[in-house]
Amino acid sequence: MRRRRRSSIAWWLVFLVAFLYFFVPLYATLDFSLKAKPAFAAYTHTFADAKFVGSLLYSLVVGLLTIVASLGLVVPTAYWVQLRVPRARSIVEFVTLLPFVIPPVVLVFGLIRVYSRPPVPFTHTDLGSTALLVFGYVVLSLPYMYRSVDAGLRAIDIRSLTEAAQSMGASWPLILWRIILPNIRVALISGAFLTLAIVLGEFTIASFLARPAFGPYLNLLSNQKAYEPAAASIISFALTWLAMIVIALVGRGSRTRVQVGGAH
Amino acid sequence: MSSSNNGFLELSHVQKRFAAFVAVHDFDLSAERGEFVSFLGPSGCGKTTTLRMIAGFEYPDEGTISVDEKDITHLPPNRRNVGMVFQSYALFPNMTVARNVGFGMRVKKRPSAAIKKRVGELLDLINMPEKADRYPYQLSGGQQQRVALARALAVEPEVLLLDEPLSALDAKIRVALRKEIRAIQRQLGITTVYVTHDQEEALSLSDRVVVMSEGRIEQIGTPAEIYNTPATPFVASFVGTLNLIAAKVIDAGAGRVSVDGQEIRSSKPISEARDGATVTIAIRPESVELGEAGGTNRLNGPVEDVSFLGSIVRTRIGLSDGATLSLDTFNDPNLSPAAIGEVVTTSFPPEACLVIGAGPAPEVDVVAAGV
Repeated sequence: MRRRRRSSIAWWLVFLVAFLYFFVPLYATLDFSLKAKPAFAAYTHTFADAKFVGSLLYSLVVGLLTIVASLGLVVPTAYWVQLRVPRARSIVEFVTLLPFVIPPVVLVFGLIRVYSRPPVPFTHTDLGSTALLVFGYVVLSLPYMYRSVDAGLRAIDIRSLTEAAQSMGASWPLILWRIILPNIRVALISGAFLTLAIVLGEFTIASFLARPAFGPYLNLLSNQKAYEPAAASIISFALTWLAMIVIALVGRGSRTRVQVGGAH
Repeated sequence: MSSSNNGFLELSHVQKRFAAFVAVHDFDLSAERGEFVSFLGPSGCGKTTTLRMIAGFEYPDEGTISVDEKDITHLPPNRRNVGMVFQSYALFPNMTVARNVGFGMRVKKRPSAAIKKRVGELLDLINMPEKADRYPYQLSGGQQQRVALARALAVEPEVLLLDEPLSALDAKIRVALRKEIRAIQRQLGITTVYVTHDQEEALSLSDRVVVMSEGRIEQIGTPAEIYNTPATPFVASFVGTLNLIAAKVIDAGAGRVSVDGQEIRSSKPISEARDGATVTIAIRPESVELGEAGGTNRLNGPVEDVSFLGSIVRTRIGLSDGATLSLDTFNDPNLSPAAIGEVVTTSFPPEACLVIGAGPAPEVDVVAAGV
């Protein structure tokens, strides 16, 4: 009994330390953002700034495009690897981890060097640069997106489900669309929101490609203003939490539990 | 080992390799329309690989597969009209029972009224009309497998394939569902291939059983043929329980051998070995009787053990050199079993004594073996 109480105290201690570690800086930022006079001035100024809304919307659109491109690349790849070439899984995992060891600054210089001259002069137009930004973000989000999708696929028996659908006449696109995607919905949403969080906070690639994204805007703001950057950080944090709540709500409706045995 | 040509489902000289490993070797089968055929064998014998080749999930390296005289060897699975039931049920977790059952028909773009009607019929067939709106996770294992069966039948397949469909269920449900599967198969008259490693399942369900070992067909026959006249030592040892006893050939032409110095006779001449050689003989426990009324062959020895197996009492008789002979009798409460150590006479007919090969007995699950 005493041992159980001791482990319970230890658990609460760890929780308290983690809570303080995460929330003290957040509280400090919030507190600092509220010091502007009159009250909430930092927030009203931030919302009144057209560049705030513009950069946030730009990053949201780029984030959505990144999610679509990333899902289009990762889902069929992870599905095929698990179904047909499971031995290649470790290689694919290694490739998806590369963004952790290759700094974004190296990635963006590589992209600029390759795609700023004919035959693929992406950087010559705004649309091309935005496309390049999306490509860069797809690479950056790979570790998170692949892991989410892979975990989702591993939670279901994709081989049997695929073969069952095939035996009933379903084609590959139909199987992916009607069977696989609905059953890894929560994993897809998790990967999507992680990707969105990365895109909203990313600075290096957007800055070097001279894109009007939210990361460079925050950086610029912090060089010019005192309280507004803190307010913008709190707003972006609130948006991220909103996204997490959406994941939790959507995931609660999941019907992907599978009973493997039992009797009535 | 091959069977007659021009069947409804034909597998001809089918072979499948995985790298250097030959999973299925020269497989020939001809199943009639409406026939229930089981593939029986231990794990890794190639039965599931053969089934998967019929389904189109694997392609043979050699040979052909045809259904109703149409070559389907290289057709992808979604273009074969074959229904499949999996060991893991493989119900779509995101769909209700009704939508699972109707999936194949929706893929084939059947009218929604026809789909609704057919789903209703099939749910009636599996006695689950009230579960149409349930999700798979809300069903028991047995119910899920019944839904999987209905789903496979919904598209009116030419051939129904079942890959160890009952092995994830408990014993009582297994027996009940086994009867249901057979009843539905008979009612619909659908050609069915059933994979199992459970001999009782194969023998009780099938019109014919294909016994397989190490990628090869050991024997194709009716359950009675497989059980009563096994073609190879493997079949004899894999199907049912039996005594495998080493014996010395006295007169091969007359089928006379010596066990423990006691002479017995087989109903057939011994072609596997010459006089003086050692052979393995197989005797089913239920063919042997206590006393002299069981047949002209006699073996005497002390009772080593008596075990009650419910309706059966199994008595083990000691022979020399550690060999034993087990015999099964019905459990009759009015008769007292033989006493341990009591020397008894057992008897069995020459027809029950099968010579299944020269040399030592195979290492399998048997009730008695030895020299």
